[in-house]
Amino acid sequence: MTKETLSDFPLELEGADVPMVRFSKVTKRYGDLTVLDSLDLDVAEGEMVTIIGPSGSGKTTVLRMLMTLETINEGVIYVDGKPLTHMPGNGGLVPADNRYLRKMRANIGMCFQHFNLFPHMTAIENCMEGPVHVLGLPKREARERSEELLEMVGMADKRDQHPSRLSGGQQQRVAIARALAMRPKVMLFDEVTSALDPEVIGEVTNVIRRLVAEHNLTMLMVTHQMGFAKDISDRVCFFFGGRIEEQGKPEDLFGNPQRERTQQFLSAVKEAS
Amino acid sequence: MFDWRWDFTFEILPRLLLATVNTLMAAGAGYAIAVVLGLVLALAQRTPYRALTYAVRELVEFIRSTPLVLQIFFVFYVGPQFGIRLAPWTAGMIAIGLHYAAYLSEVYRGGLESVPKGQWEASLALNLSPARTYFRIIIPQALPPSLAGMGNYLVGIFKDTPMLSVIGVAELMHTANAIGSESYRFLEPYTLVGVIFLAISLPTAALIRVFEAWVRRQLGMS
Repeated sequence: MTKETLSDFPLELEGADVPMVRFSKVTKRYGDLTVLDSLDLDVAEGEMVTIIGPSGSGKTTVLRMLMTLETINEGVIYVDGKPLTHMPGNGGLVPADNRYLRKMRANIGMCFQHFNLFPHMTAIENCMEGPVHVLGLPKREARERSEELLEMVGMADKRDQHPSRLSGGQQQRVAIARALAMRPKVMLFDEVTSALDPEVIGEVTNVIRRLVAEHNLTMLMVTHQMGFAKDISDRVCFFFGGRIEEQGKPEDLFGNPQRERTQQFLSAVKEAS
Repeated sequence: MFDWRWDFTFEILPRLLLATVNTLMAAGAGYAIAVVLGLVLALAQRTPYRALTYAVRELVEFIRSTPLVLQIFFVFYVGPQFGIRLAPWTAGMIAIGLHYAAYLSEVYRGGLESVPKGQWEASLALNLSPARTYFRIIIPQALPPSLAGMGNYLVGIFKDTPMLSVIGVAELMHTANAIGSESYRFLEPYTLVGVIFLAISLPTAALIRVFEAWVRRQLGMS
């Protein structure tokens, strides 16, 4: 296989069905370890794609690269038709600078496994921080928006509490409201239920179910909750060794997996639960 | 007993208390410099510029590895050879402020490193600017774990102000020395200096602990 050079990638994606997210031959290495190996992945606008796979298969890295928390070694990521990891320059694509990244990052929101709420701010202050200080909304408007979102995630009555007074499930719901308050086009959920006690997982998955049902958000989710993934995903990607081993509609992938590795993984997960 | 003279004690007490004001001012001004400059030194070691990190790191190590009294002499006596003539107070504040800034920068560094990586990632995901991330997200969380160390150095700088007497800053020690050489009595002035230092240090240390708990509560982190 010939190695791609930057000039092989378009400056912008054009056409009738430009995907909201496109990974184009994206490779990520940590030293000698290749975490993602020439990944191609398109996510359409409004689509909910779930990534499953064994640990170390690169699934979280996909989200972290899209959030620009990680740089990439090769390839280009596009968001809403425009390059994310690169920017136009010198008549082609050059690595994105901080200013460009900041502009593009506004399209993406992320929820983390460990919530990462700001502990010195109340729930509503957490939600208002970005809208006021990044988007420049007037405080009153940011407060209204945050209150609506906290209402939606069922946390309106706890809006003046600090995170230390909230359970894990409650913190994660606030974190979802905080990310949504920035009105991203793409939402990323990185193992958002993995750090939760079993009895509160439902309150977080229900919020995500509502998002899927009522909003036309593009979403990428990494999860170990296979039942949840099956219920709400438009498409499920099984990652193995830094590549997509198999992908398809949830009923197909879970009901009739074609590849041996997928079958092994799914039966191992089934046994464990 | 040891020939303790109460009449002399009360005679010199007002003069020593007046000098205590100078000591407190020296400690306060030196500490103010150290608190701000220490933060600059800590943040300067966290930029992407390797050369700056290295230079600041070496400067901090150099300051921490040489005696304060030498640094005071250096600023006051060597400065004029390069045309920098400073009043004893100015030279003293620069020397002691810089010295403690080096120590405080290490305290801040530890505090900054104690903030979980997830806080940086959440700030980036919300697209907060680097300045906003530092001053609104990271530093407020680095503060509580830094307060105990900061408090120790507040008491430390206060106890080190007598070193300023070597360049003639009229603080407590300097005044006690003056009284001694005028009257040939050293027992009472030095004893009083010790008592005054103790009377200020002990409550300060207690107040710092109360303040630390208060800050944690204010930040909703207790």
